[in-house]
Amino acid sequence: MEELLVKYFRPKLPHIWCPGCGNGIVTASVVKAIDKLQLDQDKTAIVSGIGCSSRASGYLNFDTLHTAHGRAIPFATGIKLVKPDHNVIVLTGDGDATAIGGNHFIHAARRNINLTVVVFNNSIYGMTGGQYSPLTPHRGMATTAPFGNVDRPFDLCELAKGAGATFVARATTYHANLLADLIAKAIEHKGFALVEAITACPVSFGRQNKMGTPANMIKWQRDNAVMVEAMAKMKPEQLEGKFPIGVLHQAEGTEYVTEYQKVIKRAMGSGE
Amino acid sequence: MKLKTNVKNCKGCGICVEFCPKKVLELDEVGKIKVAREADCIKCGQCELRCPDYAIFVMRDKK
Ligand SMILES: Cc1ncc(C[n+]2csc(CCOP(=O)(O)OP(=O)(O)O)c2C)c(N)n1
Ligand code: SF4
Ligand code: SF4
Ligand code: SF4
Ligand SMILES: [Mg+2]
Repeated sequence: MEELLVKYFRPKLPHIWCPGCGNGIVTASVVKAIDKLQLDQDKTAIVSGIGCSSRASGYLNFDTLHTAHGRAIPFATGIKLVKPDHNVIVLTGDGDATAIGGNHFIHAARRNINLTVVVFNNSIYGMTGGQYSPLTPHRGMATTAPFGNVDRPFDLCELAKGAGATFVARATTYHANLLADLIAKAIEHKGFALVEAITACPVSFGRQNKMGTPANMIKWQRDNAVMVEAMAKMKPEQLEGKFPIGVLHQAEGTEYVTEYQKVIKRAMGSGE
Repeated sequence: MKLKTNVKNCKGCGICVEFCPKKVLELDEVGKIKVAREADCIKCGQCELRCPDYAIFVMRDKK
């Protein structure tokens, strides 16, 4: 990690995240994936929205864009269209990506645009004081749900798949090395790639939901995440409360920027 | 030396202490990381992997 800090981080540490916040672990996994693929730092853009998690872009030494709440994907779309040979990685929160930015998320998936989107899912609006998000579990506690969340959450991976994403994966901060591997696969994938990173917000979600210490929240991830391959062999009663991790969906499909370049050629009269 | 810490960046979350299989680590009186029993460290890397603040590193073996 020490060499990765020198190579890929701006000299701005310590970061602003609370003690035990999982955002630092997810960010390390992003950097490990980039290092594994030896991406050109000058051809890699990192785009984030607004939220605790979205602060990640500011610590990373790439072309970075810290945009408006919910709008990371539109900015990333613009970059990818203008610089198709660049790797464009979006770092976003569950609120950022699925509440205010929910439409951008599903339509980027539908277009199958070649972006890598890492959603830091801490099940809450961390930055603004613990309001529920579209990924807060049913009956989970939030400052806007003092008697438990009435809503049902999205299954983010199913949502992405249904909307047309061609690479969908999930891991947790307990599975930090798997998370890095999946992010690397997502970057390599040509098309819209989602990696959902289950991460702890001990200060808000954890405290409100009596989940204990940061270490306990990581143990909760360990005990409830199951590799998708293993899950297929388990009985329904063993699956109670469990969620799958690993590569959940992978498909081929026409990619938006490639199609856009074709239409530019056609419009210029140069044929396909 | 098996371990290196960056006490300035440590926020005392206790994650490394909890996940160290050899009980090498403690928090000191101000709640910062302290390598209490370095001799017991097996260099498994759990602390470095899990520290959210990049405040503890396992030294590489010199080849
Ligand atoms: C247009 C707009 N609306 C609302 C806000 C307030 N706001 C800032 S961050 C945030 C939610 C963040 O939640 P999430 O994306 O899950 O990030 P986290 O802090 O949990 O990492 C909200 C509602 C804002 N900054 N801009
Ligand atoms: S409020 Fe939650 S998500 Fe935000 S920095 Fe603190 S622990 Fe992390
Ligand atoms: S490397 Fe392993 S044994 Fe050594 S301090 Fe870290 S967690 Fe403990
Ligand atoms: S995990 Fe990191 S920040 Fe937390 S107590 Fe250990 S060294 Fe400090
Ligand atoms: Mg959140």
